[in-house]
Amino acid sequence: MARIGVVTFPGSLDDRDAQRAVRIAGAEAVPLWHADHDLQGVDAVVLPGGFSYGDYLRCGAIAAQSRIMREIVDAAGRGLPVLGICNGFQILVESHLLPGGLIRNDHGAFICRDQVLRVENASTAWTNDFTAGEEFVVPLKNGEGGYIASEETLAELEGEGRVVFRYVDVNPNGSLNDIAGITNARGNVVGLMPHPEHAVEPGFGPDTPAAMRSGVDGLRVFTSALQHLLAV
Amino acid sequence: MPVIVVEVMPKPELLDPAGKAVSGLLRRRGTDAFTNVRIGKRFELTHDGPVTAAVLAEVRALAEEVLANTVIEDVVAVYEGGAEADFDEFSGVVAGETH
Repeated sequence: MARIGVVTFPGSLDDRDAQRAVRIAGAEAVPLWHADHDLQGVDAVVLPGGFSYGDYLRCGAIAAQSRIMREIVDAAGRGLPVLGICNGFQILVESHLLPGGLIRNDHGAFICRDQVLRVENASTAWTNDFTAGEEFVVPLKNGEGGYIASEETLAELEGEGRVVFRYVDVNPNGSLNDIAGITNARGNVVGLMPHPEHAVEPGFGPDTPAAMRSGVDGLRVFTSALQHLLAV
Repeated sequence: MPVIVVEVMPKPELLDPAGKAVSGLLRRRGTDAFTNVRIGKRFELTHDGPVTAAVLAEVRALAEEVLANTVIEDVVAVYEGGAEADFDEFSGVVAGETH
């Protein structure tokens, strides 16, 4: 069985939800601790949402300097699949595993809603269980989710197909080019602001036309990683 | 012990929603002459030893690397502060190099 690590930082909130998503997808969830050097031989890593270190300095900035992140940066360079969700995405940009930055929402308020996303790149380690152009719904909840990057970086991301998810209908935070998630050149590191781990189990996901809280679209982000691990 | 001051501001081209909110507050108070407010950060690093050019250079490197994220922020000033500097700054001149 594939083993997927979920890192807990001081102030992580969604680590248990991410572990649960990993288990529902069919893998073993391995709790990892920010102060450890040891990745315990996991096959992939999830950096969960929350407010690591109280968002002090900048969101994700202090977590990016943690011991486990040094190991994760090295392992990502060797192709380890890494997914950063919300605060995890902020940690990935602060670690320079992904380009650009995330700033306070343009409207100045925290936002929590069920968000439609479009899959722009279905060939990453975390999206191969989708088809390109497909739309799906997962919860979004953030205060500092506005994705920004220099014009050159944006052109590079767009030109190389490294925009993985784009907001549909509503741009909830002022992200440039409606960007909700991006990947690195190799496609093993993906970061996104919305929360696929909150849409994995009937009764606890977003509403769908079929039934309240029945949305489980987020599960395929995690099953994608399992497909990817089988393929390599 | 001497204190080194590092000032960091959001990049000018980026929207600063917190500054915008304060700007709106000033307008609501009827002080229309202040047309814009931007909010940045000031760090004070207490240094064990004299502040030399090399130390300031080290702080500038730290500021660019850790204290600021240069994708979204600029380090606008690194200079030696002091008890007297807190008030002298209000003369409108910020000591030290800027960029």
